[in-house]
Amino acid sequence: MSAPTTTTTPAPSAEHGTGVPGGRRKYPLPRAVFVTIQSVFLVVIALIVLVPLVVIFVGTFQDGGEIMRSGLRLDVDVSSFRFDNYVMLFTDSGLYFRWFANSVGLTLVQVAGTLLVSSFVAYGFAMYDFKGKTAAFIAVLLLMTVPFEIMMLPLYVMVNDLGLADSYSVIVIPFLAASVTIFFFRQYFMGIPKELLEAGRVDGVTEFGIFFRVVLPISRPALAAMGILNGMVTWNNFLWPLLVLRSAEKFTLPIGLNTLLTPYGNNYDLLIIGSFFSLLPVLVLFLCFQRFFVAGMTAGALKG
Amino acid sequence: MAQLQERPASPGTPVGHRLKALLYSQRLAPYFFIAPFVITLLAFWAVPLVRTFVMSTQSVMFGEASFVGTDNFERLWRDRIFWQAMYNSARYMVLTLVILIPVPLLLAVVINARLGSDRLKNLFKASMFIPALTSVVVAGIIFRLMFAETSTGLVNQVIAWFGADPVRWLRTDLGGLVALLALATWRYTGVNILYFLSGLQSIPDELYEAASIDGAGKLRQFFSITLPNIKPTMVYVTTISIYGGLAMFLESFMLYAGNSSPNNQGLTVVGYLYRRGIEENDLGYASAVGVVLLVVIMAINLTYLTLTGTFKKESR
Repeated sequence: MSAPTTTTTPAPSAEHGTGVPGGRRKYPLPRAVFVTIQSVFLVVIALIVLVPLVVIFVGTFQDGGEIMRSGLRLDVDVSSFRFDNYVMLFTDSGLYFRWFANSVGLTLVQVAGTLLVSSFVAYGFAMYDFKGKTAAFIAVLLLMTVPFEIMMLPLYVMVNDLGLADSYSVIVIPFLAASVTIFFFRQYFMGIPKELLEAGRVDGVTEFGIFFRVVLPISRPALAAMGILNGMVTWNNFLWPLLVLRSAEKFTLPIGLNTLLTPYGNNYDLLIIGSFFSLLPVLVLFLCFQRFFVAGMTAGALKG
Repeated sequence: MAQLQERPASPGTPVGHRLKALLYSQRLAPYFFIAPFVITLLAFWAVPLVRTFVMSTQSVMFGEASFVGTDNFERLWRDRIFWQAMYNSARYMVLTLVILIPVPLLLAVVINARLGSDRLKNLFKASMFIPALTSVVVAGIIFRLMFAETSTGLVNQVIAWFGADPVRWLRTDLGGLVALLALATWRYTGVNILYFLSGLQSIPDELYEAASIDGAGKLRQFFSITLPNIKPTMVYVTTISIYGGLAMFLESFMLYAGNSSPNNQGLTVVGYLYRRGIEENDLGYASAVGVVLLVVIMAINLTYLTLTGTFKKESR
């Protein structure tokens, strides 16, 4: 990220910490011993953390009914692996790919909308002085920290009263002006030199034109970080769609997968392989755009 | 000041004239920019919140609302299951604090040390972060099946290496709590490491150099330099962990494959709100639960913003 921002983490090379320059006398043991201990420690923990993902991957080759009975495990006989689940997924998985497509569509719409609306709002906070700004901004900060769980009941009642249940618009619209995203963009915009705005004004561009044609094009790093954060949150979003969506063909992936978790275990083949495949889009994005994930996820921290 | 910078509008029809002035007005522009937020704030936060407060003083059944004053709150006060849910949420919150602050901090310090290969550390950070990418649904499904009660479940196999008998994890209070904490630790450790790392990396090198010249040991440096300097990060992580813990619901919902668990051992405050409000449609009573939770969380919030001096900073 070359453009100004106050919330990104410094480059990995900017490391300092408990090391002492030339501090060999501080180590009673050779440095190599410490490095070895540290490496082994980190590798072991990383492997443990990856176990749940390995275990579900292994599960995609097993019989769902058996997983239902005996749980997920690692000591599976590789020669007993079967590809039935993969065949089933791509030939006869009921509504699964419908849910997948719904999730993709909803995520794209939500991300595009949230980026546009939230950056628009953030620009107002970052670039102007106006009456009521402090109060409005404190509202942004407060909303960043109010868990949605508190709002779910009144919003649910409101949606039912208005007869808007089972519609995607109800899922998307309340979260277009998202407080964390607004906060992040505000920080980013505050680092943009004001001369750029003045240059635009001299050229006769409107205030909104300056935002759309001057500021947004140079804000790609911030758009990427927030696009990825919002994409991940939307892809994984569960509670609000669970309350709003009623018909199975409108379900998103998390809602659909949840319906497969029945006590009878009749759908465990699809549950396991479907869960695994739902992880892949986010994992692939993460492997390609790791630094944007990090910038986005730590967006809320280090405020002020 | 704003008036001076106002552009002279070019001649045109009166309406076009005024529109043009509007588009160039630096005095009015900010209000247009923040309008979507203000509308969101009013429609999707303020109105529902007021509604919650109103409903909490009502008995709402089958669409009929009648004013009952503080009746709901008095019933809540005597409601054993509500207190159990409060206890479960508070217990979970405290235990996640106990785990999810020291462990990520320790790991962050280890990564941040000027030792070892950067490649390995970056791989480590990436693999720690991956659990945060999973949805609570998928993570819940995986952990539910890893904590299977048969001897063949992964966790029971692991404890069998240490000679322990299979545990019926989700059927016992303690077992369920362990599974829940394992899920939380798995999903959030990586994110907290990132928070702490960015805190650690903002500490200037010179502080450590000066301290080591003064003869301070590693441990001393950690307590007198590292800890005081990452206080803002610490306060932030603590605060989000507190209200994340108190508002926990979905982890339990997925682990127990629904909102009911043996003897309500997995029931949280939000779970109770969900049960009374959405499953049983007792909106008045559920709103009272919501109000209690909101008051607790806003109190914590305001304390946090005051502690960090946010109000002072923003009003400057």
